[in-house]
Amino acid sequence: MKLTDISNDINEWFDGSGPLADIVISSRIRLARNLAGYKFLSRCSDKEKSEILDKLRDIMMSLDLGDKVFYVSVDDAPTLNKHFLVERHLISRHHAFGKGPRGVVIAEREFFTAMINEEDHLRIQVLKAGCQISQCAQQINRIDDMIEKKVDFAFSPRYGYLTACPTNVGTGIRVSVMLHLPALKITGQIEKFFNAARDMNLAVRGLFGEGTEAASDLYQLSNQATLGVSEADIVSRFEKTIIPEIIEYENAARSQLLSKQSDVLDDKISRAMALLQNARLISSQEALFLLSHLRLGINMHQRMGASTPAIEKLRALCGTSDDPNKTSPLSIATINRLFMLTLPAHLQLNYGKPLDPTHRDALRAQIIRSALNQDDPRKS
Amino acid sequence: MQCQICNKNDATIHLTEIADGVRTEMHICEQCAVEQDITVKSHIPINELLSNLLAVQPSDDELSGSSEQSLACPNCGFTLAQFRKEGTLGCPNDYEVFEKTLLALIEKAHDGKTAHCGKIPLKTPSDTKKQMELLNLRQQLDAAVQSEDYELAAELRDKIKQSEQ
Repeated sequence: MKLTDISNDINEWFDGSGPLADIVISSRIRLARNLAGYKFLSRCSDKEKSEILDKLRDIMMSLDLGDKVFYVSVDDAPTLNKHFLVERHLISRHHAFGKGPRGVVIAEREFFTAMINEEDHLRIQVLKAGCQISQCAQQINRIDDMIEKKVDFAFSPRYGYLTACPTNVGTGIRVSVMLHLPALKITGQIEKFFNAARDMNLAVRGLFGEGTEAASDLYQLSNQATLGVSEADIVSRFEKTIIPEIIEYENAARSQLLSKQSDVLDDKISRAMALLQNARLISSQEALFLLSHLRLGINMHQRMGASTPAIEKLRALCGTSDDPNKTSPLSIATINRLFMLTLPAHLQLNYGKPLDPTHRDALRAQIIRSALNQDDPRKS
Repeated sequence: MQCQICNKNDATIHLTEIADGVRTEMHICEQCAVEQDITVKSHIPINELLSNLLAVQPSDDELSGSSEQSLACPNCGFTLAQFRKEGTLGCPNDYEVFEKTLLALIEKAHDGKTAHCGKIPLKTPSDTKKQMELLNLRQQLDAAVQSEDYELAAELRDKIKQSEQ
């Protein structure tokens, strides 16, 4: 299995399926674990790190996950591949550009990854489409149990699972959801979301984790406290309190756009369509923001039955007007695919070699044009 | 205070700019801030905040010259000075060696909680496991009493009694 086998398409977790996926794009849970009887990584020699890596890689590769897995050695991977893995949410930036022997085991369908020798010896992650937090929790718990049958983890009765950083100690669990909140942004109410997150002691990050700005109205929201609260309580708080509250905010903003600011909505969608269909050079950041507005338009039609002149134009974009049954040809999956495949490392990996920024912008614009102008090849 | 741009909404964003020794202030609402393309970073993840705090602030212990400050972990040789610099610990044993200093940090990072409540490894010796379950039950009992859920509290009390036998 090579990275180029997965880089030219998106996998299930990002295809826009799953419950509440118009707002909650995906759900993810990761657990931080360390082997008992070893020092944490900052005090391990490269030899010890290699020993941990070999031991955990063998276990991860032999897990019964219902999917094939493959291993990527991160320390000697080309820079482009590292960027790709980060863009793909399969490893963290910290793991990509850290030091010493380290690697990642990835399930071919990408629902599971195990980073070995990141900040902790082992960080396992389960990813699913839409709002499926408890399903992630069940699956990751089952996998954790399988691993625990083969190794002992550092654990203290008082503090729980011991992690290199005390901010992860206890359950070692990080629940995070990727949210698409374009209407809150357009209506100038995104602060509501930030404030709610702060009041609930949750962390907000951009599309690519810690230290990244929000791109394309996509935000990652995750718990911070991991001690003194059970995994089940964290999960249920997300499902019963946090997610419904954020969804209510975003839906209220969408209704407001439709009923009171339909000119603003139509302007955003029309501009996005015009630029994406015609631009010859487009940066990653600009593409993400414009695609976000298309995504909003399609979702507002599908979920709320919204029909404005721009939304109707959007719906007709890739369709054939002769076929009355084909109502929504430009799908959310298509938009999500464009989100992912036009990111810099994806572009270059699929192109086969590194490209300078101008060539990337040209290639990106071309891919988007051809996806949006399918019905009329002359337009692309 | 009204927004200086639209003169309609309340100003919730207050910007102070000092350029060439001249200070200018601006008070605007969220909507106008968006239109003006002004973004405000209102949220810093707690671990970022903590590591920043750690890096700059000597702890109370340090000020009073606590013994932990000069200690090195017998297992990994790690010191608190290194922890302040790196933000991660040297080995699981450090949680015990530097307990006093870490406790304050742990409390801050985890909403005031300092004891594990959640999954226990399958292979934990049964007495430890039992101890943990009791700890969990007691924590739940506290919460139940605080929220005046006496039915649940009675149930938990029975469970604790049962476990202790």
